[in-house]
Amino acid sequence: MRLQAIDVKLGYGDRTIVNGLDLGIEAGTVTTIIGPNGCGKSTLLRALGRLLKPMGGQVLLDGKRIDQTATKEVAKILGILPQAPTAPEGLTVADLVARGRHPHQSWYRQWSSDDESAVAEALDMTGLLDLAERPLDELSGGQRQRAWISMALAQGTDLLLLDEPTTFLDLAHQVEVLELVRRLHGQAGRTIVMVLHDLNLAARYADRLVAMRDGRVVAAGAPHEVLTEELLLQVFDLDAKVIPDPVAGTPLVVPIGTRHLPDRGTAAKETVST
Amino acid sequence: MNAKTAARSVARPLRVSTMSWLLRPRALLVALTSAAALFLLMALNMRIGDIPMTLADVVAATFGDTQNTFIIMELRLPRALAGALIGAALALSGAITQAIARNPLASPDVLGVTQGASVTVVAAIVFSGTAYGGASGLLATLGIPVLGLLGGLAGAVIVYAFAWRRGLEGYRLVLVGIGIAAVFTNLKYWLLTVGDVHDSSRAMVWITGSLHARGWEHVVPVALALAVLLPAALLGTRSLGALRFGDDTVTGLGVRMNRARSAMLLIAVLLAAVATASAGPVAFVALAAPQIALRLAGTAQPPLVVSALVGAVLTAGADLVARTLFSPAELPVGVVTAVLGAPYLIYLLVRIRRERRT
Repeated sequence: MRLQAIDVKLGYGDRTIVNGLDLGIEAGTVTTIIGPNGCGKSTLLRALGRLLKPMGGQVLLDGKRIDQTATKEVAKILGILPQAPTAPEGLTVADLVARGRHPHQSWYRQWSSDDESAVAEALDMTGLLDLAERPLDELSGGQRQRAWISMALAQGTDLLLLDEPTTFLDLAHQVEVLELVRRLHGQAGRTIVMVLHDLNLAARYADRLVAMRDGRVVAAGAPHEVLTEELLLQVFDLDAKVIPDPVAGTPLVVPIGTRHLPDRGTAAKETVST
Repeated sequence: MNAKTAARSVARPLRVSTMSWLLRPRALLVALTSAAALFLLMALNMRIGDIPMTLADVVAATFGDTQNTFIIMELRLPRALAGALIGAALALSGAITQAIARNPLASPDVLGVTQGASVTVVAAIVFSGTAYGGASGLLATLGIPVLGLLGGLAGAVIVYAFAWRRGLEGYRLVLVGIGIAAVFTNLKYWLLTVGDVHDSSRAMVWITGSLHARGWEHVVPVALALAVLLPAALLGTRSLGALRFGDDTVTGLGVRMNRARSAMLLIAVLLAAVATASAGPVAFVALAAPQIALRLAGTAQPPLVVSALVGAVLTAGADLVARTLFSPAELPVGVVTAVLGAPYLIYLLVRIRRERRT
């Protein structure tokens, strides 16, 4: 187990979002957390990446309590890409990616040859070498997302947590980012944990799915075990057909309608009348 | 372009076995030029006074023993040094504040320091007029800087207490700071209106920021503060660079965010408080100097040492203008720093936008 959440209680202020959750992330797997909005998936990911301190329970990184490990040491093992990250205005791609070397630097070790090669490699792997000198705000959404992933790569960790890395991207760019994730996994056997919204892409690019609802893990396992018609109803209140993806053979969700509202017929009338 | 040069185009790495540093040639050049300009401006400042001197007289009296040495050493050098050091301390404080607030318009004014000091000093002058008047000059020189320092620190503590909510967040700090500064400012104006006219006008000079009659007793505290706090700030430069990113990114990079932010903020507060205690709240230096330094050095964030030097140049230049413009009458330096710094910053902004377009 690379990462383990044991009986964690998570929330912000007085609000508890996750209560008594257990989850283990195995080495060398791509795990994707799915679930409806507000189910606590990002909260869980933030706790796994020590961005959020649990109110109860504990998170273990390689068997050691993450909150008792120096945050700089954690940063050498685990890289996290937050949801919708922000960078200072006018920052270039190269500057952003170089920032990923922060945990390896100190005042007498500001820019080693290791830093230089790690940044070059990260830029190369994400196909950004030609854009290195461009300001981040001039890039397209997909390029910018690749730049952030590149920064996490430059950090040189074999454990990566990505919070909705495909938000705001069109389908082609979503696929591009997820193929990059798959490549990163394939090249060095990196362990990757992601939060994704698109169930079909999640099924295609993950080894393991974790389905959450109301702060609990409802199901966890291989995509074809988790992504069933019963589960979709249970987790998303979604009536759907699940058929094999004609390209990858992974489960493909074809929605029929939701059961969020008690009666679809009257709900539709109400919307019309208001 | 190959990735090696792409990674850090404004900096050259210097490596000695496992150690490495980044050298920024352009920032170094700007620093040296600023230092030269500072010496020239200080020397020009030291010519001014009841006994006129040439530049050669000033240099001879400073580094040798001439008939003017006493005047230079006891009156003119401390004043020139006070200006330079106060400018440097304010600029350094501004550079740190802007990085923490992630806002180029932030300055120690939003940390509660300047207004806290102003209210305290005005209250002291207005409520105990005679005690701080000409009759007991000793109290005036001892009392006002200490009161200013305490008031500035108290103002900062108030802002910090209101801004802290399970951590320190830049945006919240700026909003709270602006709110509390507004309260202090109004309190200050109320004190000025209820006070005796003569007391109020003396208080006015202080709250505009003045280098008039500043001696060694004003130089030493600022020099000590800089000697301790500049190296401390430089040690924190790297985390300051990281603090400009979003909170989650900062923590993800292994920075102990709240600790780093609070430590750097403390440095900024102390620098601003000590500088304000010595000369009153000299306007605009803390805001403009880091931004001018950033544009001259071409770096991603205000470089601390260059900011401090630019702040010193700005203040020394402003003092020269303040003393020569309506000579022999003298303006408070704080009036001129704003008038001088603002157009220069606007010029830099316009020029850089044009460069980008072409």
